[in-house]
Amino acid sequence: MEVKSKTKGILKRISGPVVTAVNFDAHMYDVVRVGNEQLMGEVIKIDGDKVIIQVYESTDGVRPGEPVENTGLPLAVELGPGLLTSIYDGIQRPLEVLMEKMGSFIERGVNAPGLDHEKKWDFKPVMKKGDEAAPGAIIGEVQETNIVTKIMVPPNFKGGKITEIKKGSFTVDDIVCKLDSGEEICMMQKWPVRVPRPVIEKKNPDVPLLTGLRILDGLFPVAKGGTAAIPGPFGSGKTVTQQSLAKWSDAEIVVYIGCGERGNEMTEVLTEFPELEDPKTGKPLMERTVLIANTSNMPVAAREASVYTGITIAEYFRDMGYDVSLMADSTSRWAEAMREISSRLEEMPGEEGYPAYLSARLSEFYERAGRVEALNGNMGSITVIGAVSPPGGDFSEPVTQNTLRIVKCFWALDAKLSQRRHFPAINWLNSYSLYLNSLGKYYDEKISPEFNPIRSWAMEVLQKESELQEIVQLVGSDALPETEQVTIEVARMLREVFLQQNAFDAVDAYCSMEKQFDMLKAIRKYADLAYAAQKAGSPIAAIIAVKSKNELARIKYVADYKPELEKILSDMDAEFVKIREA
Amino acid sequence: MKEYRTVTKIQGPLVFVEKTEPVAYGELVNIVQSDGKVKRGQVLDTSDEIVCVQVFESTAGIGKDAGIRFTGETIKMPVGRDMLGRILSGSGKPKDGGPDIVPEKRLDINGAAINPYARASPSEFIQTGISTIDATNTLVRGQKLPIFSGAGLPHNEIALQIARQAKVPGSSEEFAVVFAAMGITKEEENQFMADFERTGALEHAVVFLNLADDPAVERFITPRLALTTAEYLAFELGFHVLVILTDMTNYCEALRQIGAAREEVPGRRGYPGYMYTDLASLYERAGIIKGKKGSVTQLSILTMPGDDITHPIPDLSGYITEGQIVVNRELHRKGIYPPINVMPSLSRLMNLGIGPGKTREDHKKVSDQMYAGYAEGVDLRGLVAIVGKDALSERDQRFLEFADAFEDKFVRQGHDEDRSIADSLDIGWQLLSALPEEQLTRIDRDLIQKYHPKYRK
Ligand SMILES: Nc1ncnc2c1ncn2[C@@H]1O[C@H](COP(=O)(O)OP(=O)(O)OP(=O)(O)O)[C@@H](O)[C@H]1O
Ligand SMILES: [Mg+2]
Repeated sequence: MEVKSKTKGILKRISGPVVTAVNFDAHMYDVVRVGNEQLMGEVIKIDGDKVIIQVYESTDGVRPGEPVENTGLPLAVELGPGLLTSIYDGIQRPLEVLMEKMGSFIERGVNAPGLDHEKKWDFKPVMKKGDEAAPGAIIGEVQETNIVTKIMVPPNFKGGKITEIKKGSFTVDDIVCKLDSGEEICMMQKWPVRVPRPVIEKKNPDVPLLTGLRILDGLFPVAKGGTAAIPGPFGSGKTVTQQSLAKWSDAEIVVYIGCGERGNEMTEVLTEFPELEDPKTGKPLMERTVLIANTSNMPVAAREASVYTGITIAEYFRDMGYDVSLMADSTSRWAEAMREISSRLEEMPGEEGYPAYLSARLSEFYERAGRVEALNGNMGSITVIGAVSPPGGDFSEPVTQNTLRIVKCFWALDAKLSQRRHFPAINWLNSYSLYLNSLGKYYDEKISPEFNPIRSWAMEVLQKESELQEIVQLVGSDALPETEQVTIEVARMLREVFLQQNAFDAVDAYCSMEKQFDMLKAIRKYADLAYAAQKAGSPIAAIIAVKSKNELARIKYVADYKPELEKILSDMDAEFVKIREA
Repeated sequence: MKEYRTVTKIQGPLVFVEKTEPVAYGELVNIVQSDGKVKRGQVLDTSDEIVCVQVFESTAGIGKDAGIRFTGETIKMPVGRDMLGRILSGSGKPKDGGPDIVPEKRLDINGAAINPYARASPSEFIQTGISTIDATNTLVRGQKLPIFSGAGLPHNEIALQIARQAKVPGSSEEFAVVFAAMGITKEEENQFMADFERTGALEHAVVFLNLADDPAVERFITPRLALTTAEYLAFELGFHVLVILTDMTNYCEALRQIGAAREEVPGRRGYPGYMYTDLASLYERAGIIKGKKGSVTQLSILTMPGDDITHPIPDLSGYITEGQIVVNRELHRKGIYPPINVMPSLSRLMNLGIGPGKTREDHKKVSDQMYAGYAEGVDLRGLVAIVGKDALSERDQRFLEFADAFEDKFVRQGHDEDRSIADSLDIGWQLLSALPEEQLTRIDRDLIQKYHPKYRK
C-alpha cells in the first residue's frame, strides 16, 4: 500500500522560537519552511502527531493555521570556494548579502545561499581521466585567496574511475568531473552540520599550536588538534584572547564563531583582520579566516546552530590537509540557547535548568576536534578553543564543569588579575595543559633542549611565590629570609616581564618562540646572579635595586630587541660586579 | 474589530483567551474592562486552542467579562521629530498635557538586530569631564556603558553630570537625549526633570516615565519605546543620541514577575533563563551604522542588589555591555564624589577612542600605570592594617600614599567640575610623579621625558 507522505502541514501553536505543526510528516532535524513568510526552521521533536520545530528567525506575526513545508533535507552547509573571508550568520547566510537585500537591520524571510553561485572560479585538475577517485580524494584545486581550496570527492559518494575531468572557469554548480560510478562532481558539496565528516583515523596531537602568547606557548601550550577552554567572568579577557589566537596562532585556516556575543566585536574583527598580516605568510589575516556571527540579539535557534555550522566548515578544510583552529565565543551562550529551546519544549530540566543532554552535546562538539588522517590520506587538524562565560564568574556551574571534563587545556581567567590590568589575565596557578608531555619532544627538538627545564623552573618560582605571598600578607616582605626576598623579586619579573603581554601593542601582541625563550633566559640570569650575590653576603637591598633588570620589561615593545637585550644583560653583569665588590 | 469574551484564566499579568480565530504571535491586544477602561497587552503564546496575553498594565479590574480585541499587528509606536522636548508615560502616552505625537513613521518597538556587517566601529572619544571615566574608562560614541551602582549611591548625579557635560571635543553635531525611567521614585523623577529644565536639556530630550507606583509590567515596554525612538532619531534623522535607561534592576524584576506568572522553570536566583537574550535585545540596540549619520550611545543605570556584582542583573548586563562604571559604597562613605571605583570599572572600547589625534599619545600608558599603582597601594592597605605603616619599605610607602592621593585628587571632583582630558591626564602625571621614576615601567621613556612634571618646564 502506498502511503502518501504529507510534506505540508499546518501550524498549531507558536511560542517564541518554538512552533508546533500538525498533519505533517517529518524526520528529526529536517529543515522546514514555516508560515506564509517561509521562515527557516528545523524539526527538533516529534511527539504523537505533533512536530515541534525551532525557527531560525523571529516568529512575530506568525499565526496558527499558516502552512509548514518540509524540505526533507537536514540542516546543511554549502562547502566550496568562497568560504574564506566570508562572514555568516548561524545558519550560513552571508551577512553581506543580507545587507544588500534588506539593509542595515536583519529582517525576516530572506534566503541567501552560503556560497556565491554566479561567481566563476578557476578549477585546475590534479587528477586525470582514468585515475581512481575514492571518497575524499582531491581531484582539483582552486586558488582562492593565498590559500588553495582543494576540490574533493564528497565523503558520501561511492567514488570510481574518472571518465571526464575539466579545466577552466566554472561556477560552484558546474560539473567539473564525472566518475564511472555515474557520479558527477561539482566544486560545491553540501554536508549536514550535525554529522561529523568521516576520517580514516584520529592521531595523537604532538605538535604545538604556536600562538605568540607567552603564557600559552611558554607555560600551557595547546596542541594542533587539541582542545582548550577559556573560562572567565565578564571583562576578564576571553574575547581578546580568542581574537589574539585567531590573529597570531600558526593555524592555516581560522574559523571564528561569535556565538551570542556583541555585534561590535564582530565589526572589530571585520575591520581589523583585513589590515593585519599573517606573521607566517605576510598576507592579510582575513584571507585565511571564516567568520560566523550570530550575535546575542539574533535568533537563539540560529545561535544554537552556529557552532555546528562553524565546526563543519572547519572539518571541510581539515579534510584538505590544513591545520584549522576554531574559536567559539562563547560556548556558554550556545548552552543557554539549548536551555531556552529546551524549556520551550517543556523538557525535564537538569542542573540549573540546562537540558540533561548538555554534557553529551558539549562532548560531541569537542570530539570533532583532533589531528586526523583524512579519507584522502592527508594529515589535517582542528584545534577547538571555546570561551566559557560562567554566571557570576563561578566555575562550579554546569557549563564550565562539563567542559572541564572534556578539554585538555584550561586557561582560567581571573577577575583579580584583569582588574589590576594584568593581561592576559590567565591565572598561572589554576590553569593547566595536559599536552606538556606529548609536546615535550617538539620543544626539545625544535626550540631548545633547555626550554622544558626553564619552563619547569619558572613554574616552580611562581608556585613558591604564591606560598610566600601568604606570609607577606601577614608580616610584610622585609620579614622574609633574604633568599626568599630574591624569589619574590624573580617571580615579580616573571609576572611583569614574561606573563604580562599587551594584546594592543603592535609588537608585543605576538611574541616569537625565540623571543620568549630569550626573555626567560634573561630572567633566569638575573635569578642566578642574585642568588649567588646574596649567598656571597651582598646586601639584599642592592640586589633588588639592580636597575638593568627593570629595563627588561621594555624589550617587549621592541621588534628588533636583540641589541637592547644584550646591553641589558651586560649592564646586569656590571651591576652585579659592583655589588659584589662593595 | 472582533471582540472576544472568552477569557478563561487570569494570573498575574497574564490573561488566557480561548476559541479565537488565528491570532499572531507578538500581536498587540486591547483589553476592554467591564468599566470601559482599555488596557494593552501582547500575545506571548498562541495556538488554535488558547492564547496567552501579557498585559502591560495592572490586571486589577480585568475579569472574565473583559472584551479582548486582537489588533492584527505587532506593537508599533508613532515616532517623529516633534517628540523632542516631550514627556511621555512608560507606555508612550503624553504626560505633559501636550498633544499626541504626530507620527512620521510607525515602528515595531522590538526593533531588529543590526546586521554586524552593517555596523561601523565606534571610535569617537566622548569627553564627560569626569576623570575616572575619561582618563581610565573612556566612553566612546556608539558604546553601551552602564553604571553599576547600589541603593542610595549617587548614580543619578553621575548620570546627570555626564548628560550635562558630555561632548565630542571639536564637534558641533546635533545631539539628543532619550531618557527612560523604570520604577524610579517621584523624588528621583524630580531630580532628573529639574536638572533637565535647569540646563535646557529638555528641549532636545525625549522622556519616558514609568514611576515606582506605575504598573511594573509596563516596564517591559518602556525601554523598547525609548530605544525605538533613539534609533529613529539616530539612524533616520541623524542625531547623536545618548540613551539613559534607569533603573534596569526594576526592568529585570518585571521580567521575573512575568516569568513566574507563566510558571516557567526559573534560571539563576529566580530570574528567567532567557534574561541574557532579553537584555541583549535592549543593550545591543546601540552603535553606529555604516553610511548613516547618527549614533546611539547607551548609559544604563542599575542598582546591584546587596551591592553584589555577581548578582544575575549586573552579571548578565556586564556580559553584554561594553564595560561598566562601578560606583562604590566605601568611597561614598569616605565622602568622595563621584565614588567611582576604577578597579572593577572597564571600558572595552577605550582603545578605539584614545591616543594621538583623539586624546593624547600618553593616554593609555598613563591609565595603565595608574591602575597598577592604585592596585598595589590598595593591596598594601590590608598589610598596613596588620603590621603598621612603619613596617613598610620606602617604596611601599610611596605606593600607599599614591593610592590615597589617587582617590583624593583624581577620583574626587565637583558636581559641576568639567575637566578636559588634558587636565585629567595631567592630574595623573602629577600623582605618578610622586612614585620613584624607575617604577613607572608601563610608560615608555620618551613619554616620561615629554610629560613627567620633572622634565616639563
Ligand atoms: N591581553 C590583553 N591585553 C590588553 N588588554 C586586555 C587583554 N585582555 C583583555 N584586555 C582588556 O580587557 C577588556 C575585556 O576583555 P574581553 O572583552 O576579552 O573580556 P571577555 O572575557 O570576553 O568579557 P565578556 O564575557 O563580557 O565578553 C578588553 O576590552 C581590554 O581592555
Ligand atoms: Mg567576550
